[in-house]
Amino acid sequence: MNLQLTDEGRLRHFLTIEGLDRPMLTRILDTAESFVGVGERVVKKVPLLRGKTIANLFFEPSTRTRSTFELAAKRLSADLLNLSVSASATRKGESLMDTLRNLEAMQCEMFVVRHDASGAAHYIASHVAPHVSVINAGDGRHAHPTQAMLDMFTIRRHKQHFEHLKVAIVGDLMHSRVARSQIHALSILGVPEIRVVAPRTLIPPFIENMGVHVYTRLGRGLKDVDVIIMLRLQNERMDSGLLPSQHEYFRYYGLTEERLAVADDNVIVMHPGPMNRGVEIDSDVADGPHSVILQQVTYGIAIRMAVMSMCLGNPPAVEGGEA
Amino acid sequence: MGISIRGGWVVDPANGIDEQLDIHVEDGLIVGLGPTPANFEAEREFHVDGNVVCPGLIELRASLREPGQEHKATIASESRAAVHGGITTLCCTPDTDPVVDTPAVVELIHQRAAAVGCARVEVQGALTQRLEGSRLSEMGALRDAGCIGVSNAYRVMENTEVVRRAMEYAATFGLTVLLFPEDPWLARDHAAHEGAVGTRLGLPGLAETAETITLARDLLLVEASGVRAHICGLSTARGVEMVAQARGRGLPVTADVALPNLFLTEMDLTDFNSACKVRPPLRTQRDRDALRQGVHEGTIATLCAAHQPHEPDAKQAPFTEAAPGISGLETLLALTLRLVDEGLLTLQQALARITYEPARVFGLEAGTLSPGRPADICVFDPERHWRLTRDRLWSEGHNTPFMGWEFKGEVTHTFVAGRLVYRLEEP
Repeated sequence: MNLQLTDEGRLRHFLTIEGLDRPMLTRILDTAESFVGVGERVVKKVPLLRGKTIANLFFEPSTRTRSTFELAAKRLSADLLNLSVSASATRKGESLMDTLRNLEAMQCEMFVVRHDASGAAHYIASHVAPHVSVINAGDGRHAHPTQAMLDMFTIRRHKQHFEHLKVAIVGDLMHSRVARSQIHALSILGVPEIRVVAPRTLIPPFIENMGVHVYTRLGRGLKDVDVIIMLRLQNERMDSGLLPSQHEYFRYYGLTEERLAVADDNVIVMHPGPMNRGVEIDSDVADGPHSVILQQVTYGIAIRMAVMSMCLGNPPAVEGGEA
Repeated sequence: MGISIRGGWVVDPANGIDEQLDIHVEDGLIVGLGPTPANFEAEREFHVDGNVVCPGLIELRASLREPGQEHKATIASESRAAVHGGITTLCCTPDTDPVVDTPAVVELIHQRAAAVGCARVEVQGALTQRLEGSRLSEMGALRDAGCIGVSNAYRVMENTEVVRRAMEYAATFGLTVLLFPEDPWLARDHAAHEGAVGTRLGLPGLAETAETITLARDLLLVEASGVRAHICGLSTARGVEMVAQARGRGLPVTADVALPNLFLTEMDLTDFNSACKVRPPLRTQRDRDALRQGVHEGTIATLCAAHQPHEPDAKQAPFTEAAPGISGLETLLALTLRLVDEGLLTLQQALARITYEPARVFGLEAGTLSPGRPADICVFDPERHWRLTRDRLWSEGHNTPFMGWEFKGEVTHTFVAGRLVYRLEEP
């Protein structure tokens, strides 16, 4: 996807993991590494994006993702505009375009976009002024690249290397933008075995083409894995006839300590949040020794700082380690 | 007034004509091919040496948007676009607002088309009232008002009992039923073919079975009712196979494919290109090959543009929210000729699929150059190259994925009832 890169190969937009190469993903992870310390300082700010204006453009409700983007922008000293736009008010393309033009007129340099339509971030990126960057904060079922990168960051911090890992992604892959981005990122970073585990109703057709192995039994899917990524299950999946009940889902696909036993002894358990305890994951596991779920949230800010600074052309010198 | 079109290479698939002949026209009718008939004197002669002369093209499924959606297109704009593309008959779908379920709407469309005086506009009546799929339309009255067939456009009927009764009732009046095979439940919220590309892009997918399940139901009901049926917009390999089997069993079934489905696949969606959003969706390479094979073998005897013009805003949206449909009147001939260049069809076969065969679906007088028939004639230069640009489109709808494509074969003259309605301006 050349739309994301400048002619010089620099990141201009961050819309999807697909089409980026391993050096680029590694650079994002390395840059994030240099930002992790910022949050631990007394003054949690660096002046990298001073004078820049970033608009959080959320067409779909989200507290967690928006908060981490907001914190990331503020820690980079950018000015931030938070906009919650009702998707129904922008069903017509014209008003979406009008929204963009207005924000451009306010001299915004970056849009962080969350939208319920797959491809919305691509659409916006292909229509913005040349000086504006777009970061996809989740579009429909398509992509959530910063979430995937913070997951990669978490994995790297715990496992150091990707080349020997077995990773299982468990849950609603059909509707998950996070899973699609994770699969691309894991593949690009060299993970040799990516498994997806879910009942057939939650596995999109031809997902094998993305280089994953499909399992419908949790026990087999988790055997010897080094990383388990649980996905959030939404209640509407019961109403839409994809699952009979939460109770049955937990019985066959819920992650419990007992189920965890078949995985590698040093397995880490991840979840993009917010969790449904007792539906996809048991509290004992969510709060247990293998869980790295809260670290994911912390790292999310560093990853978003990295991507924002790279897109706006002001990444810190990674080698120095100090932003 | 008499005219003669001289020196052209006449291709009339209905009569198996493929030779250089003059055509003579009087009072809007063809009066002879070849030597000038006795007592005939042409007041005007057109010399078209080197060009192909064929029956005016027929677009089987055109959404003209009027009445009710004039912000997208009008009968006037699309009739002019039609003759620009060599089309002399537009068979318009009933999904207007109000829908074509009363003789008054049929008359309105006919009157407006007559006032424009370009292409002929034939009207498909609604199969059910307001296209709601629950109560049968007054098909007898619609036929008497001039409707050529009945369809529920793109609104699929859920109730199998209503489908059955609609077919039986249409058969009573000798009307062809046009059927769009798409299961409404499997098609809910879909945006693209359910396949590898749709999965990767996170686009809600339309399964192949959404077409084949409804097709199976409809073919069984066609068999039971004996109605003459036309399947609109086949998109899957399995669908082609099912139609071939039904025809093999002697069922009175014809089928069409929209030309974009013969040239594009799901791979063309990779950049969320909303110009490629169509219904049924672009499917796999395998499906595309099977559709082409179906066209080659004649299982799919008619090609159409499935013309659906949109205002720019309808496509200026993220893919899932963009309106489906392609504006296709002015690429109907060019894409069909491309199939000849690619060796899939002979020129005779190709022109049959956009003239004679669509005429047969509705029993129209058009689609042939037989003496005594209306002089609806298309003349095109088969060697002329041209590029599709916005300026070249006369349709109000500029929504086409073929923008920028180079084509070979350009319309030079279009005649409707012997009247010159379009002539290519030399630069």
